[in-house]
Amino acid sequence: MFKWLHPLAKPETLYHFCGRLFPWLMLSAIGILLFGNLWGLVFAPQDYQQFDTVRIIYIHVPSALLSMSTYTMMAIAAFIALVWQVKVAQWSVLAIAPIGAVFTAISLLTGMAWGKPMWGTWWEWDARLTSQLILLFLYLGVIALYGAFSDRQTGGKVASLLAVIGIVNIPIIHFSVEWWNTLHQGASITKFDTPSVHPSMLWPLLISLLGFYLLMLALVCLRLRTAILEHEQHRPWVRATLGGH
Amino acid sequence: MTNFLCARGLSCIRQDRVLFEALDLELSPGQLLQIQGKNGAGKSSLLRLLAGLSTPDDGNILFCGQPLALQAEQYAASLCYIGHQSGIHEHLTAVENIAFWRAAYQLPFTDSMDLLGQLGLAGLEDIPCRMLSAGQQRRVSLARLWLTQAQLWILDEPFTALDQQAIQRLQQRFHQHLAAEGAIIVTTHQALSQDFPTLKTLELAYRW
Amino acid sequence: MVVTFLRRELVLLGRQKADWLNPLLFFIIVLTLFPLGVGPEPNQLRIMAPGIVWIAALLSVLLAAERLFRDDYRNGVIEQLVASRQGLMAFVLAKAAANWLSTGLPLVLISPVVAMLLGVESKAFVAMMLTLLLGTPLLSILSVLGAALTMSADKGGILLALLILPLYIPLLIFASAAIEAASMGLPYSGQLAILVAMLLLALALVPLAVASALRINVS
Repeated sequence: MFKWLHPLAKPETLYHFCGRLFPWLMLSAIGILLFGNLWGLVFAPQDYQQFDTVRIIYIHVPSALLSMSTYTMMAIAAFIALVWQVKVAQWSVLAIAPIGAVFTAISLLTGMAWGKPMWGTWWEWDARLTSQLILLFLYLGVIALYGAFSDRQTGGKVASLLAVIGIVNIPIIHFSVEWWNTLHQGASITKFDTPSVHPSMLWPLLISLLGFYLLMLALVCLRLRTAILEHEQHRPWVRATLGGH
Repeated sequence: MTNFLCARGLSCIRQDRVLFEALDLELSPGQLLQIQGKNGAGKSSLLRLLAGLSTPDDGNILFCGQPLALQAEQYAASLCYIGHQSGIHEHLTAVENIAFWRAAYQLPFTDSMDLLGQLGLAGLEDIPCRMLSAGQQRRVSLARLWLTQAQLWILDEPFTALDQQAIQRLQQRFHQHLAAEGAIIVTTHQALSQDFPTLKTLELAYRW
Repeated sequence: MVVTFLRRELVLLGRQKADWLNPLLFFIIVLTLFPLGVGPEPNQLRIMAPGIVWIAALLSVLLAAERLFRDDYRNGVIEQLVASRQGLMAFVLAKAAANWLSTGLPLVLISPVVAMLLGVESKAFVAMMLTLLLGTPLLSILSVLGAALTMSADKGGILLALLILPLYIPLLIFASAAIEAASMGLPYSGQLAILVAMLLLALALVPLAVASALRINVS
C-alpha cells in the first residue's frame, strides 16, 4: 500500500494521476447521478405521508452524508500533512474544504426546504440541523484561517491543524447538541428522521449516494490539480507540461 | 570533533522567490561563522533554518552527524538563538526579562545585578524596557549570552544599535565562548572589529 | 518554571490593566443591554438570566483572547522560546492560567451581583456559580488555542470568533442545561461531571495543539 502511495506524494506524479482519474470519475458521476436522480425524482413511488416532498431526500441525504465524510477525508489529509510534512496533503486539505462546505450548505438548504412543508417552518433547532450548521462553521473556519495568512505555507499548516482539532471536536459537538435537543423538545420530530425506507426508495437513494461520492472525488481531483499547478508554477515540470499543450 | 553542525544542499523559497539554493556549510566547535549579504538576501531565513524554526525546502541539516528532525530536543538544548527581534517584553524591567529567560533556559536563579553592571545597565534595572534606548534594549536582550551554557549560538544582527564599547565587550564574550569549544553563527553588515583566528565567512548573494 | 512564567504574566497584567478591565467592563455592559433589549419583565429575565450571563461571559473571554500572544509574538519572545523548546509548554500553561485569573475569575466573582440584578432564584444561582467556576477555565484554555492559531494572521478579530465559537458550543449547552435543571429543582451533578470531563480532556490535549500552533506560526 505504502509503496503504491509513496510516489503520489510527489506533486508531478499526483498531478498526472489526478488528471488520468478525473475524466473517469466525472463521466461516471454524471451518468450515475442522472440515472439515480431520475429514478428517484420521477419514477420512485411517493411517500404515503409526505407525498412528493419526500423526493428531496435523493439530494438531501447524500449531501448530508458527504458533508461528514468529506470532513473526515480532509482531516486525514490534514493529519498526514502535519505529521509527515507531505506538501500535497496540505494542498489537498484546502482543495477539499470548499467542496465540503458546499455540500454542507446544500444539505442545510434542502433540509430547510423539506422542513417547510413537513414541520411548517423553515428552520427548526433540531439536533441534526444544528450540528450541520456548526459543521458549516468548522469548514468556513478552515477556509478563512487559510486566507488570513500572507504566507501560504503557514496558512496551510494552521488550517490543517484546525481541521484535526475539528475532527476531535465533532463527536463532542454532535452528542452535546443531540442531548440539548432531546432536553428541549419532544421526540415527535426525530421520528421522521429514522423511518424504515422501502426498497423502491432505497435503491435510487443508494445510487444517488454513489453518484455524489464520485462527483465529490472528481471535484477534489480537479481542485487538487489546480492547487498543484498554483503552488508549483515556477518548477520546470509545470512549464514543460503546460507548454506542451 | 568535526561536523559539529553541517548543512548540505539547503534551499529556501519564500513567497515564490528563491532566496538561496544548494547551499553547503560546515561548522566545528571553536569556530565563528559570519554570514554576510544585502538586505533581503535571506540571512535571517538561513539562521531560522539553522535554529530549527523552519524546515528547508530542500537539503538537510546535520548536528553531530544526525539530522535535526531526529534529535530536535537535544539540539534545542545546546542552542541559544537570539533573533532579529529582541525577545524582551517592553513592559518588563531588565531584571524581569532576564529572570524570564533564565527560567526558560532552566538555569538556576542568581542575582542579575552583577551582570547588569557588566553590561553598563547599572541603575536602570527597575525601569520598564520601553523607556530604555534601542542600544540598551539590545544589551538586555544579549545578557542571555552571559548566562547560557549552550554550545551553539545563533545571533541575528547582534551588533545593531550597540555603541563601540558594547560591541567590543560582546566580541570579548565571543572570544571566551570560542575558547571554551563553543561555536557561533552570526549575521552582520559590518566587518568584525576584533581579530578572530577561526573566522569563516559566507556571502549570500541577493537573487531575483 | 511555570510559577516564574505565571508571575511574569501577572506582573504584565498588573501593568497593562486595560487587558483585563476591558473584558470585565464589556461583560457588565452586555448584561446591562439585555434587559433594555428584551424588556424589564422580571419573570422573563429570570428565565433568560443564566443564558445571558453565559453568552456575555463567552463574548468577553473572546475579547480578551485577541491580545493574548500579540506582544510576545511581536517582540520575538515566542520565536526564541520555540527555538529553545524547553520553556514552551510551561509558557502555554502560564498563559492559560493567567488568562483565567484575569478574565474568568473576575466574572465568577462578579456573577452574584449580576444574578441579583437579573433576579435569578437562589437554586439556579448556586448552579450558575458552579458552572462558571468549572466552565471559565475551559473557556480560557480554548481561547489560548484560538489566539495561538491566529497569532501571525493578518486579521485576527472576527476570525478568532469563527474558530472558537464552535468549540464553545458543548460547554454552553451543558452549562445552561445544569442551570436549567437546577432551577427546576432537579439534580444537576451529571452536567457538572461532564463539564469537569471536558475541562480535563481540554487540559490534556489543547496545550499540545497550542504548542504546535505556535511552532507553525513562527516558522
